[in-house]
Amino acid sequence: MRWIEVMWRESSDSGASSSFALRTAGQITTGSHNRRGWFRAMAALLAITASGPIFAQSPPAAPRFVVVLDAAHGGDDTGARLGGEAEKAYTLALSIRLRSLLMARGFAVVTTRESDATLEPDSRAQIANHANAQACISLHAAESGSGVHLFVSSLAPVQDARFLPWKTAQAAWIMRSLSFAGVVNSALSHATVPVTLGRTALPAIDSMSCAAVAIEVAPERSTDAQGPASLDDPDYQARVANALAAALVEWRSQAREDREQ
Amino acid sequence: MIPRHQTVLFIFLLAASIIMGVLLWNQLRRAHDRLLRGEDSAPTQAPLVTPAEQATLMVANDADNTVQPRILSLPLPQNPEARAQAILGKLLDLYAAPDAAHAVPGGASSIAQVFLVPIADAKGSVMANGPQLAVVNLTGAFVAGHPSGLETESLTVLSICSTLNANLPRVTQVRFLVDGQPRVTLAGHADLTRTYLTNENATADVGAHP
Repeated sequence: MRWIEVMWRESSDSGASSSFALRTAGQITTGSHNRRGWFRAMAALLAITASGPIFAQSPPAAPRFVVVLDAAHGGDDTGARLGGEAEKAYTLALSIRLRSLLMARGFAVVTTRESDATLEPDSRAQIANHANAQACISLHAAESGSGVHLFVSSLAPVQDARFLPWKTAQAAWIMRSLSFAGVVNSALSHATVPVTLGRTALPAIDSMSCAAVAIEVAPERSTDAQGPASLDDPDYQARVANALAAALVEWRSQAREDREQ
Repeated sequence: MIPRHQTVLFIFLLAASIIMGVLLWNQLRRAHDRLLRGEDSAPTQAPLVTPAEQATLMVANDADNTVQPRILSLPLPQNPEARAQAILGKLLDLYAAPDAAHAVPGGASSIAQVFLVPIADAKGSVMANGPQLAVVNLTGAFVAGHPSGLETESLTVLSICSTLNANLPRVTQVRFLVDGQPRVTLAGHADLTRTYLTNENATADVGAHP
């Protein structure tokens, strides 16, 4: 951990060279390379490597745990009508709220959109796949049904392969996605949010190469479907967002346990 | 004093009026009888051109995100494609009912056609009783009126695929068209460019299609 920090300080005067430091730590990020920053980073790396005791005493850095939040729809694609609000606005607000919760818990969060922008399903999957994420969540909302509808891709699972067809890349991750859905289901149930599980054919997550689920938030209705129910209930929104954050914390700890074994 | 010829004319006209009245009353009664006979011969029930058979409809429920079988007795044609269209039409009639658990407007007229295409095996040969691909052509009005949502769209696709498989076991794959043209999604979510399997995992994909 220490050598990464030193590298970061050595190269912090150049934003471009920071990408080199992250790549050294095992993460894949994009960014341009600055020759001056690259030499400085290499020099720092050699200097730190030469000081054997420091390197030997420092445990290897834990890879960042990257989560991709995909706020569905946007721009011309308004999605469903939720009373007086469009689905695209609701999913964006939920994405921003969840991003804050996750960053406060130490996650590296990548969002597919931060504004009311049109985004094709392929672009969403492209962002997720470039992020090399450990978890991907596609956020939706609807007026029908009750509670949270939790979906995993309906693609049939296949053996992991070096090359995957773009439109069915998720097939190699189905088992991981089902495990992730189980963790999310437990967290939502623990937060007393009604959950229904299902499989679906959603182009955005079908092309993602990560543990991916689609979450559709519907109003929380009682069992007899009577009484007022609204997606705008602040308490309900907070419970859903906190439950999703708790699920990702649990998923991260499970991933770390798997890595240590 | 009334002249004689005027008396004869009056009696003649009176007799003619009475005779004409009797004839008219008789004609009226005959016309009435003829009308009643005509009503009796009019069809009061729709003719049953096909016998009623049991059909299994896989009915979706938004409340619990499930698809449950419901067995109904329906007059079904013998032609497999017309049979598939009639069954799917009945399924969508249930969804168009006011108290439907999976409310989708449109009804039976939303299924424009159903085509059954034999599926060739790996060698390219087609068996007489081999598996079939069902191509379901939906109307644009149905798609335009379908509620947008991940759950509701997925349930519509799943219930159509499951219903086809329950009544036409040879149908193992389903594809969707809208007004005869491919369409990306049903109402913004469910993928309509895929080929769906109708076996135990009714929504599994067999590969993407360009």
